[in-house]
Order: sequence, then C-alpha cells, then structure tokens
Amino acid sequence: MLQTLGLSSLDQLFSDIQADLQLGRELNIPAGCGEMDLRSHLKELAARNRSTEDFPCFLGAGAYDHYIPAALEQLLLRSEFYTAYTPYQPEISQGILQSIFEYQTMMCNLTGLDVSNASLYDGGSALAEACSLACVNSKGRRKVVVPDTVHPEYLEILKTYSLAGHMEIVLVPSRKGAVDIEAVESAIDDQTAAAVIQQPSFYGVIEDAGPIEKAIHAHKGLFILAAEPISLAILKSPGQWGADIAVGEGQPLGMSLSMGGPYLGFMTVRKSLMRKIPGRIVGQTTDGNGKIAYVLTLQAREQHIRREQATSNICSNQALCALAASMYLTLVGPQGLTDIARRCHQLALYARQALEQAGLRLKYDRPFFNEFAVSITDPAAANRRLQENGIIGGYEMKDALLLAFTEKRTTAEIDRLVAILGGV
Amino acid sequence: MSKLIFEKNIPGSNAFSLPVFDGGHPAVETSIPAQFLRQAQPQLPEVSEVEAVRHFTELSTRAYGVDSGLYPLGSCTMKYNPKINEWGARLPGMACLHPYQPQDTMQGALQLYYEMQAMLAEITGMDSFSLQPAAGAHGEMTGVLIMKAYHQHRQDHKRTRMMVPDSAHGTNPATANVVGFDVIEIKSGARGLVDLEDLRAKMSDEVAGLMLTNPNTLGLFEEDIEEIAAIVHEGGGLLYYDGANLNGIMGVARPGDMGFDVVHVNLHKTFSTPHGGGGPGSGPVGVKSPLADFLPVPVAAKQGDTYRFDYDRPLSIGKVKNFYGNFGVIVKAYAYIKALGGAGLKEACQHAVLNANYLRHRLRGAYHIPQDRLCKHEFVATSRNQTPQGVTTLDIAKRLIDYGYHPPTVYFPLIVHEAIMIEPTETEARQRLDDFAAAMEAIAREAQENPEVVIQAPHNADIKRVDEVTAARKPVLKWEGS
Ligand SMILES: Cc1ncc(COP(=O)(O)O)c(C=O)c1O
Repeated sequence: MLQTLGLSSLDQLFSDIQADLQLGRELNIPAGCGEMDLRSHLKELAARNRSTEDFPCFLGAGAYDHYIPAALEQLLLRSEFYTAYTPYQPEISQGILQSIFEYQTMMCNLTGLDVSNASLYDGGSALAEACSLACVNSKGRRKVVVPDTVHPEYLEILKTYSLAGHMEIVLVPSRKGAVDIEAVESAIDDQTAAAVIQQPSFYGVIEDAGPIEKAIHAHKGLFILAAEPISLAILKSPGQWGADIAVGEGQPLGMSLSMGGPYLGFMTVRKSLMRKIPGRIVGQTTDGNGKIAYVLTLQAREQHIRREQATSNICSNQALCALAASMYLTLVGPQGLTDIARRCHQLALYARQALEQAGLRLKYDRPFFNEFAVSITDPAAANRRLQENGIIGGYEMKDALLLAFTEKRTTAEIDRLVAILGGV
Repeated sequence: MSKLIFEKNIPGSNAFSLPVFDGGHPAVETSIPAQFLRQAQPQLPEVSEVEAVRHFTELSTRAYGVDSGLYPLGSCTMKYNPKINEWGARLPGMACLHPYQPQDTMQGALQLYYEMQAMLAEITGMDSFSLQPAAGAHGEMTGVLIMKAYHQHRQDHKRTRMMVPDSAHGTNPATANVVGFDVIEIKSGARGLVDLEDLRAKMSDEVAGLMLTNPNTLGLFEEDIEEIAAIVHEGGGLLYYDGANLNGIMGVARPGDMGFDVVHVNLHKTFSTPHGGGGPGSGPVGVKSPLADFLPVPVAAKQGDTYRFDYDRPLSIGKVKNFYGNFGVIVKAYAYIKALGGAGLKEACQHAVLNANYLRHRLRGAYHIPQDRLCKHEFVATSRNQTPQGVTTLDIAKRLIDYGYHPPTVYFPLIVHEAIMIEPTETEARQRLDDFAAAMEAIAREAQENPEVVIQAPHNADIKRVDEVTAARKPVLKWEGS
C-alpha cells in the first residue's frame, strides 16, 4: 500500500506534522495484551466491586435496581443496532428509525404529552435543557423557579448550565419534605420562564403539583415536571398535571445501573413546543413508491443546520438506551408495568410497617411511591452495619436514610434490613 | 415495511409476571390519595415475548452497523468494536454497581476510572481529565464552560466571543452559542487550512478562544498550528481541541504539545466504543494544569492504595452529568486501550492514515478531490466530475447502498461544495478498500454512461428515497392509533 502511494515508510504519512510537534517516543501506556489476558484483567477489576447481583440494594436516589428481562439483554446485542451510527441515511436505517418512532410514541403515552424527542443524555441534563428551552422560548424571561426537592445532582447540573448566562435559578427551600407551595407561588412572577417540580420528589414524596401549575400558568410561564417513568403506570401523568414539558431519567426502563451511566434522558412536550424541543426527532413520511417510511425530521432546529443559532448543541444522544426502554415497555406491557409499579409500592408499604414496628419513624409523613426517608441518628454508621451484613444500604441524608424498593426486593430481604436498622 | 409494534397488539397476550407476593395486599388506592393516581393504564404494546423478540429482530435486519460492512462515514470513525469490550462492560461487577454505593465497595471500578483519566491525559498530552461528559458535544460544552470560568476567574470579563473556523462541525458554533458566546467565523484558505490573516485580524481582547479540529474536517493537519496557538495565546485567548478526529494523530502527535489548552475526545470514535445507533457515547475533557481547578466534579483521585471520588474542588464549574458519566462506555474504551497498548494505539493511527490515503489515491480520477495531498484519517471528495450528467453527491451516496455499503458523510464540511467525506478507519483490510473503491468507480462509470440509474438510486434498498419535505411540514411524530 505504501508503494502505491510512493512512500517507503509509515512515518512519511506524517510528514505534514512538524518534527518538533511529533511525540518522538512511544506513549507511556503499558504494552497491549491479548484477549485472554484482557479478560482476566477485567474480571479481576470487576471482582473488586460489590454488585447488586450479589447483594440486595436499597439505594435509589435517581438510579434503581429493577429487573431487566433476559429477552431485552439479548435483543440489545443485535449488532445491527449497536454498531450503527445515527440513522442519517433513511434507506439503510428504517429499522432504527422505526424503533425511535415507537419509542417516541411510548414516551408520549406514558407522560400524556404530544411530542417526544429521540432521547437526551440523562435526567439531569434533560431538566437543564427543558429550563433552557423555557428561557429561550420566553424571549427575555430568565427566571426558573425550582424547589429544592429536586434531585441534588439535577440542581447542580442546572446550576452549571446556567453559567451560560441565559437563566437564573431561583431555588425555593422545601418545608417538611414537601414543596413549599406558598414560597413557590410568591417566587413566580412575570419574569419567570418556568417552574419545576419533581414527581415523586428526590425524597420520595408524591406532591400536589396542582397549585404550582396554576401559579406558573397564571404568569404565562411553562410548567416542567420531572417524572419517574415506572411510577407513571399508576401515578397521574405530567400531561394530566398540566405540564408543558415532561423530563426524566429513563434508567428504570431496562437499563443496568452501570455505576451511573449510560442512562436515558427523556423529554416530551406539548404540541406548541414541537419546533422548540432539543435533540433528534423521527417522523413518519412516505418513500418514492408511496410506502410508509421514517426519517429524522425538523432538523432545522438542530446544530448541524442552525450552527451558531442553535439553542441546544446535542448531537449524539442515548439512542441504544432509548431502544432498551422501548424493548422494556414492549416486553412488560401495560399490565406488567402496572404490576411492577404496584409491587414497588407494596414493598415500600411493607417496609414502612416493619420499620415502624421496629420503633423507627419515617422522616416525612407523606404519600410515597417506592422510596422514603427513615429517620436515623447516624446514617453512616447504619449503612456500615448494613454493608457488613451484605446489604447495600440507603442514600445518606443528614439524619435519615433514603431507602428505595424495587420489584426485585423480597419481604425476607426487607426483614433483614429492618432487623439491622432496628438494632442500630 | 413492517407493522408498528402497536399494530401487532393482541390484548392479554403479554405473559410478563412477578413472583408471588407474600407481604399482604394493601391497595394502592388506600395509600396514595386518589387525586394523585392515574385513571387508565398508559397505552403500551400488548404482545407475547416471542412477538416482541421477532419484532425487534426484524427491525434489526433493516439497519446497518459496522458489523454489517464497511462504514466510511467521515468524522465518525466507524472502526470495529471488539466484542471482548462488550463482555467486560456487562460483567455484573461493572454493570450492576449502584452509583451511590460506598466507594470501598467499588474499588475496581474506581481504579479503572482513575487509570482511564491518566491514560487519556498521556494520549492527548494534557494534565487532568474529567470523564463526565456523555458525548462529544457535551464535552465541548464542558470545555467551553471551563474556558469561560477561567477568564472570569481572572476578572477578564470582556471576552464574550468565540472563534470557530468555517470548516467546523455544527456542534462547535452551537456550543459556543449555548454557553453564551458570540461566534466569530474564521475563514479557511485555499489549502483548506485556517486563514492566518483572518485569524490575526479577528483575534482581540474580546475573544475567549478558538475551537479547532486538528486534523480538520477535511482530514488535513493544520500545519500552522504553532502559529495559530501563538496568535490565540498572545491575544490572551485559549485554544480548544475538538478531538473527534484524534484517530488521525493518536500516538504520533498530541494536542497538548501543540498548544491546546482544553480538549475533548470521543470514546465512541477513536476508542472504538460502539455508536449504538446514535449513542450512548462519552466525551471526556482534558485540560492543562492552569485550568484543572475548573474541571467538573467529581474527579477520581488516589490516596495510597485507595481510589475515591474527589468533590472538594471549589473552583469547579460543577456537574454536567448525573453521577460519573457514561461509565459503561468508559469500561469499553479502557479495555480497548489496554488491548492495544502504547505501540498499538500508534499503529492503529498509522493504519487509519494509510487506509485513507490509499483510498484517496484509488479514487482520484474517478472523483474530484479538492485537496489531493497527504491527508490524515479521512479525506473529502466531491461529485464535481459527475455534475455535468446531473448526478449529485446525494445520488452517489444512495447508489452506494445498492452496492451494499453505508454511504460516507455527505454535504459536510460546508466549505466544500457537494462534499463526500470518506473515513475508512484502520480496521478495513486492503482487499475491502479495493472492493469499496471498485464500487465507487463503478458508480462513477454509471454516472457517465447511464446517469439515471444513479439519480434514481437506491434500487435494492428497503425503501426508495423519502419525502423529507412533507415529514417536516406536516410532522407525524408518533403513532396515533388506527
Ligand atoms: C468534528 C466533530 N465534532 C463534534 C462532534 C459531536 O460529537 P457527538 O455526536 O458525540 O456529540 C462530531 C460528531 O459527529 C464531530 O464529527
């Protein structure tokens, strides 16, 4: 090949890089290895981690240990899906495009809104994109009112995105674990582009979103609801709450915990925001023979066309995670999703009862879905005890442990949890 | 055209079930106030497992991945994705870790994370890395926020503009805008490189920096990089490196040695993690030490033999991503680097560049190549030779589908009229490059002798070309029921 090019060495392929800019040495990275050595090395690293396969996990706080159907894991390994790029060429990508169209439909149905994009990075960045959209869309409003019951990492991300200078986050402290509705109402004014609520809240509480919806709409701002997707099988949808934008973390829908990623940011909006929603969207159309076909559409919103006028820069998203979500929803179906949601809730009820019998109290006496905070004087010590007993404990708050219950947990595991916590 | 999953509904056929519950049966209706409950189940598919499996299997047959064949999509580095990397990421000890579990219960994962930061720093010549960003554009946003924080920290509040070459990927100007900068476009000169005069004229004390891709989107190394760096630095600006094209210099030269202050790399390009049909990716960001304090939190640190996440970084721009980034993707890229080692990474780059130049050589004549000289990992051809017959770049792309190939990137970069951007990557054998070149040559012949066959392409694909105008004018974005 070099000969064809009239060259005598591979080095000559880099003659356009000045000699003093070339590294001139080998990278200081250990010599490569074959597959068998690599396999042992990865196994050895993995063996030094405690996995939720081996230890019951009561951690939630934005990432949940749900069951993933075997069929999903296998289907996701169809390499026509996972080794493909973004479906820019519709004639060779109908399978992927159709799967995204189906995903969009499922997310709209779940959230009760009209238009879904093809995915965003994760729940936190989806919320930041939604707030950004609201500010840009409002032509001049900069304020976003956010209660501190939203996931602390989402709040951090929101703060980082706001360094761009186009939005001002007004953080409203909560009262007794719930949104302080009066404080939110008084924070909202005619400069407010949007008000946010997370449902259930970071602390697991199901909130009354109604008054906030009324207040923000009275001031002509947008109502953004960050939802947990499995709970939507039984809880009122963002659309029913009157949300203009729903966002959230799609990880519970068939994604492994994977130490925090890759997950799935979802976003759905009502129709009037269709041309404002960030990210890719698939639409249905026809081909030259009049056959139904799918294609990336409304691309005039996106960075590769709009360039410096684009209001979001997202390009690659979390497509394979969106595919996992639509496989998950297909495999469990509407009844399965409802059963899962109910089971999570029932296990949480069972745990509350057991904890109370052991003399412990929930920190907040409010309705919950599958997560709640239990008051504990020394949560770190409690977690250590749990760890010593082979249980992955809860999320440590100042004076409480936030515990989550998925359908994978059993009453026996909860009994063990309570026995240890009760003895602290 | 296959039915949508919703059109395959057979009510009651879904057999998903949970274990029997032994904890009593309190009704949801009694524990959650009715006003918070949904009245009807969401409309979701109702199919049996076999129907679901067949549905998605059928969809997969109407997709094309790197595993299907050569994928010369310029700027996307569609190299082979080794299977052992998938295996590693799916080990329960990697895939089943809760992000908040105690750090002493995930030391193996933390070690991997920490070493990955260090290896990326070595490969790019930077001092510190954050693995948080979820994709290239997310890395750009993180990097540009760091540049902004740096200037502001120095009380240099005048710098409200960002320079971006006209050859740049759309995410560069979009990122600058999203982060709150006014974009100044820098012209490319006749040789397809940054026009130094234009750069000099536009650099000022209002400019925060320059976002540059090197090799650039024409696949050309910016030979004046030292001069470019000097102009930007002397003007008080910072130099940003879009690492989407790192595959063209990996192991041979490093952005850090060329004067770049901030870089992002795409693990889903250079480091072989699969693109997943559009994601997930991972876009780590590296910086030189004066910028290290501004990196997002957390950063993995090592104390003695223990690894931990460090959040105590008061000047940090904060978080850009939940938890620690796309860890599952990071595991695959780590495995890739471990398998290749220092020498192997350089070899990968050398062969990527060899393959690109070989194809460029093969296709010259049949196709117009505006910058027909030594390129790096990719090159840009055009359909100019085919224009007299009325054949466009899009036609050629669609005709390639008939020949069994995924088309190259088309109509990008914008500075080349009717661009066909070809990046073969190092994982193609010479024989496969010859096959691809033969297909391209056959299409060029067809364009001369029988242009209609190209203009009407594709002929053998799943569908004909689609009506994109109606798709955008009258959007149908979900299934509304039959
Ligand atoms: C040159 C360049 N920069 C940036 C990006 C954006 O990367 P991502 O899609 O991962 O956000 C791309 C992706 O195509 C690219 O080619």
